[in-house]
Amino acid sequence: MTTISGDRCLDHEEPLIFEIGRDGKCGVDFPQVTVGDTHLAGLRRKGKIGLPGLSEPEVVRHYVRLSRMNYAIDAGLYPLGSCTMKHNPRLNEKLARLPGFADLHPLSPMSAAQGALALMRELAHWLTTLTGMPAVTLTPKAGAHGELCGILTIRAAIEARGEKRTRVLIPESAHGTNPASAAFAGFTVDEIKATPEGRVDLDSLKSKLGPDVAAFMLTNPNTCGLFERDICEIARLVHAAGAYFYCDGANFNAIAGRVKPGDLGVDAMHINLHKTFSTPHGGGGPGAGPVVLSARLAPFAPLPLLVLEKDSIRLIETKTDAPEGAKPFGRMAAFHGQTGMFVRALSYMLSHGGDGIRQASEDAVLSANYVLASLKDVMSAPFAGPCMHEALFDDTWLHNTGVTTLDFAKAMIDEGYHPMTMYFPLVVHGAMLIEPTESESKESLDRFIHVLHTMAEEVKAGKTARFDGAPHLAPRRRLDETAASRKPVLKWKAPDLKQAAE
Amino acid sequence: MSETRYTDQHEWIRVEGDEGTIGITSHATEQLGDVVFVETPSVGKVLGKGDEAAVVESVKAASEVYAPVGGTVTAVNEALEDEPAKVNADPEGDGWFFKIKIADKAELEALMTGDKYQDFVKGL
Amino acid sequence: MRYLPLTADDRAAMLAKIGAADMDALFRDVPQEAVAAPEAFDLPAAKGEIEVERILTRFAAKNVAAGDGPFFCGAGAYKHHVPATVDHLIQRAEFLTSYTPYQPEISQGTLQVLFEFQTQVAALTGMEVANASLYDGSTATAEAVLMAMRVTKRPKAILSGGLHKHYVETVETVANLHGVTKRAMASPGRAEDLIPLIDTDTACVVVQSPDVFGLLRDLKPLADAAHAKGALLIAVVTEVVSLGLITPPGAQGADIVVAEGQSLGNGLNFGGPYVGLFAVREKFLRQMPGRLCGQTTDADGRRGFVLTLSTREQHIRRDKATSNICTNSGLCALAFSIHLSLLGEEGFTKLAAINHAKAVALADKLSAIPGVALITPSFFNEFTLKLPRSAAAVVEALAAKGILGGVPASRLGYADDLLIVAATETNTDEDIAAFATALEEVL
Repeated sequence: MTTISGDRCLDHEEPLIFEIGRDGKCGVDFPQVTVGDTHLAGLRRKGKIGLPGLSEPEVVRHYVRLSRMNYAIDAGLYPLGSCTMKHNPRLNEKLARLPGFADLHPLSPMSAAQGALALMRELAHWLTTLTGMPAVTLTPKAGAHGELCGILTIRAAIEARGEKRTRVLIPESAHGTNPASAAFAGFTVDEIKATPEGRVDLDSLKSKLGPDVAAFMLTNPNTCGLFERDICEIARLVHAAGAYFYCDGANFNAIAGRVKPGDLGVDAMHINLHKTFSTPHGGGGPGAGPVVLSARLAPFAPLPLLVLEKDSIRLIETKTDAPEGAKPFGRMAAFHGQTGMFVRALSYMLSHGGDGIRQASEDAVLSANYVLASLKDVMSAPFAGPCMHEALFDDTWLHNTGVTTLDFAKAMIDEGYHPMTMYFPLVVHGAMLIEPTESESKESLDRFIHVLHTMAEEVKAGKTARFDGAPHLAPRRRLDETAASRKPVLKWKAPDLKQAAE
Repeated sequence: MSETRYTDQHEWIRVEGDEGTIGITSHATEQLGDVVFVETPSVGKVLGKGDEAAVVESVKAASEVYAPVGGTVTAVNEALEDEPAKVNADPEGDGWFFKIKIADKAELEALMTGDKYQDFVKGL
Repeated sequence: MRYLPLTADDRAAMLAKIGAADMDALFRDVPQEAVAAPEAFDLPAAKGEIEVERILTRFAAKNVAAGDGPFFCGAGAYKHHVPATVDHLIQRAEFLTSYTPYQPEISQGTLQVLFEFQTQVAALTGMEVANASLYDGSTATAEAVLMAMRVTKRPKAILSGGLHKHYVETVETVANLHGVTKRAMASPGRAEDLIPLIDTDTACVVVQSPDVFGLLRDLKPLADAAHAKGALLIAVVTEVVSLGLITPPGAQGADIVVAEGQSLGNGLNFGGPYVGLFAVREKFLRQMPGRLCGQTTDADGRRGFVLTLSTREQHIRRDKATSNICTNSGLCALAFSIHLSLLGEEGFTKLAAINHAKAVALADKLSAIPGVALITPSFFNEFTLKLPRSAAAVVEALAAKGILGGVPASRLGYADDLLIVAATETNTDEDIAAFATALEEVL
C-alpha cells in the first residue's frame, strides 16, 4: 500500500538539514555580543555563510531518523570480511569520555598529563607483549597511516645504512592500501604472484628480490583468510636480500594470543585498533594504527617518543631532544596519536586479559571455519581449509545461474544481513569473503548459515526472483552510481527560486 | 583512405595520412562497463609508443590507455568531458579519445589488423 | 568472558562439524617455531567491568582536565562547549557501530550525513567542493601539498613560518619524498613576506590563518602572487570557529582550504581523534584525496547518496591512487556536523563573536601587566604574549596554582619567552580575572 505521508511506519523519509532549516531558529542559546574591528585586520566576514537554522528537537529528530537507515553491528551480524565487525563494548565508550581523557589538551604541561602518558605506556606494553616486538610507535591515525609510518621507518633505516633501495614487493592479493602506501612513500611497487593454494609463491618472491628491494609487505593471515605457512622462510629470504619484512597486521585479530609476529621475523607491523581491539568503526573512522617495530627499526620511529624518567613520563617532541641512539625520521601528524582510541583499546584489553584475547582469536577462527564447513557443499571455496578468521568463496558455483556475486550479496540485505565483502581479494573471481568474528553466538551463526544455505539452494534450483535487482526491502533500491560519477553532485544547492516558482 | 589497427591493450588507431585517431575498442568498453570519465592528454604532448596517454574510468575501475604508436598529440575529444557515455555508445566513432601526428608509421606494422584483433579477442 | 557468546559445548559441536580434533588443528598452518603457548604472554587475566573502570579511572585522575579550572590552551586544539545532544546522537548504535558506507542501500544515514557535512564545509570555507574528511588538520595539510604538486606538476612547497610546527613537520615527512619544502622563518606577531619566494617551480604556498601565534593573515595578496606564477595557495585553519567572524579563505583566493575541525563537536582527547576538513576549487576535484559522497537516484527514482569518484582511491588505483588513505574520520565528522546543525548561521556567528570578545578582554587584561606585551595586533580567539621570563616556567608555575595558562611557544620549538594564549566561550570573567592575577604573581 502507499501512504499519504510517503513514510512507511517506522521507515521515515528525511530531507536534508538545508531543506528543514529556516532563519530565526537556532539549537543553542548564546547572548548577542558585538565586537569591534580593532583586532580583525580588516578581515571581518562579509555576507552570510549559508548554514540552516534548526531548533534542538529538529536536530535530534533529523539524526535519529538518519541513523535508522543504517545497518550496524549492534543490530545484526555484519560478516564483512577483512573489516572485523566485532562487538563494540560500551564500557570503552564510557571510559574514553572520562574528563581526564576526553577533556585533556594535547599541549597541557606534561606534569598535568601523566595519566595519559602512563596509559600510552600501558597500551604500548600490551601491544609489544602480544606481538613479541620490542618497540611501538602509537601516532598513526589509521591502518593505512600505520603502513606509511612503517614504510617510512624502513626508508630511514635504509638511508642510515647508506643504501638506496627503490622497490617494494607486494603480493597481488594485498589490500589496495599496501601499494598506495609504498607509492606514497616514494617507492615503486612490484607484484608477487600467488600459488594455487592462495599463498605467496616463493619462486616469484625469490626472482624479484634483489639489492634494490627495500621491503616485502605481506598481510598475515593473508587476504584470502589463510595463514602463510612459509612465513618464516619468507622472512629469511627477505632479510638475506638486505630488505625489511613489513607485515600488514589488519588480520592480527585471528592470531593475537596464539602467535607473536616477532617470532615470524617481522620488522614492522601496524595494528588496526578498530579491528583487533574493537574501537568502533563509526561509519568510516576514526581508526588508529600503532606500528610495532623490530630492534633494527626501533631507533627510527617517528616523533613523539615516550621516555620514562626518574619519577615521571616525558614526551620527546623534537629531534633535538631525542635521546642517545634515537634517530626519529620525522612526524606523522600533529600531537601524539589517537588517544581516545587508546583508552578504548586498553579497556578492551584489560577486559579480555591475555587469556580472553587468545580465546577471542580462537572463537573468530572457529566461527569462520564453521561457516566454511557449513556452506562449502553449496558454495564453492577456492582454497582448502582450515581458514583463519574469514571464509572465502568464489563464484564458480554461480556459473550459468544468471545470479552474480553482487546479486547474491544484495539479496542478503533483504534477509536482514549486511553483505559479506565482495570482489576482494582480487585474485579470486567473484570473491565473497565472510568474517563472522568471535561476537556471534552459535544460534546466530546457525541462523545465518541456514539463510545463506537456503539462498544458495534456490539459486541452484533456478529460483532467482529474489536476487533480481535486490535489495527490494531496503530504505533504498540499488543506486545509480554511474550517474553519480558522471555528473557529480557533491553538495546541496539552494533551488533556483525562479525555476521553483514556475 | 583510412586504415584501423589494434593493440593487445584494446586500443584502436585509425590512420589517415600522418594522423592517427585513437580510442578503445568495444570489447574494452564491455569489460569496463559504463564509462564515467576520460582523462585525455594535452595537445602538443609528445608520446612514445606504449606511453600512458589517457585514463578511462568506470564506476569501479580505472584503466590507462597507452599510445599505440609514438607521436605528438594534435587534438583531444573535448565532448567526452560532458558526455563520457559516448565511449560506450560509439567506441570506435564519436567515442574517440585523441589524435596524434604519427612520428614513425613503421610502428604501425606491429599492430593487429581488424581480423587479427577479432581472433585475439575470441581467444581471451 | 562477557563479550564471547560461545560456550564450551558450542565449541565442541562446531569443531565436530568442521571435522577438526581441536583448536590446534585449525592453527596447523602456523609454523611450529612460531606457536606461542598461553604462558608465553606475560599479561593479566580477564577482568570485570568494575575492575577495568577502576583501573582506567585511576589513569584519568592523574590528568588535569580542561574543565578542572581556568583554562587557556590552544595552539591547534581548542576547548569548546559541545552540546549534550551531540554526544548522545553520535552514540546511536547505527552511527557508532556501522562500517564505511560501501552498501548504500543500508547506509543512507551515514551517506546523507556526509553529504550534509560536505555542504557545510564548503560553505564555511567559501569553497566549491569538500570531501568527507581526512584524519586531522595536519595530515590534511600534507595531503593538500601533495595534491598541489600533482595539479601543478611542480616540485616546491613554500611553508609559512606561521604554520603550526607540527603541521610543518607532518608536511615535510611526506612532501619531501615527492618534492622539496621550503620553510620560512617564524616571525611571531608579524606576517612574513612570502611573495619573493614564489617562483615557477613553486607548486604551492601554505599559509595558516589565524597563524600559530594567533595572527590573522591577509591571504588575498598571496593568492594573487601565487596565481601569477601558476602556483596554488593552500590556506590552513586550525581554529574552525574563526570562520564565523573572519572572511573565509575561499573568498580570499585560496585554491585548497584545509582545517582542523576538532573545535566543533569533538573533545580535546589529548590530540586525537580529530577531523580534517578539506575543500577545493571544483576544477581540482579529480585530484582530491579522500572519500566523497555524491547525490544520485535509486532504481525507483528516489533521491539517495553513494560514495563516488572512488577511482581516485587506493582500493581501485592501488599505487596510482591520489592518496593511500582508506578511511575518513567518520564519527568525528558526524559530531562536527551535528554541532554545526545545532549552531546554524545564527549560533555559529554568535559563537565566533563571543570567542573574539573573550580573547579581546583577556588580551587587554594580560597585556596591562607590567613586562607583558601583546605581540599579535590582530587575532581571533588566540594571541601571543611576550613575557619577561621563560614561558614554560610561567606555565608550570600557573599550573601549580590550578590554572592552565596557555602553551609556551617553546613547546613547539619557538622562542622561549612567548606564551600562546587562547580564550573561548567556556571562559568566564572570573577565569580571566584569576588568570591575570596569577600571571602577575608568578612573573
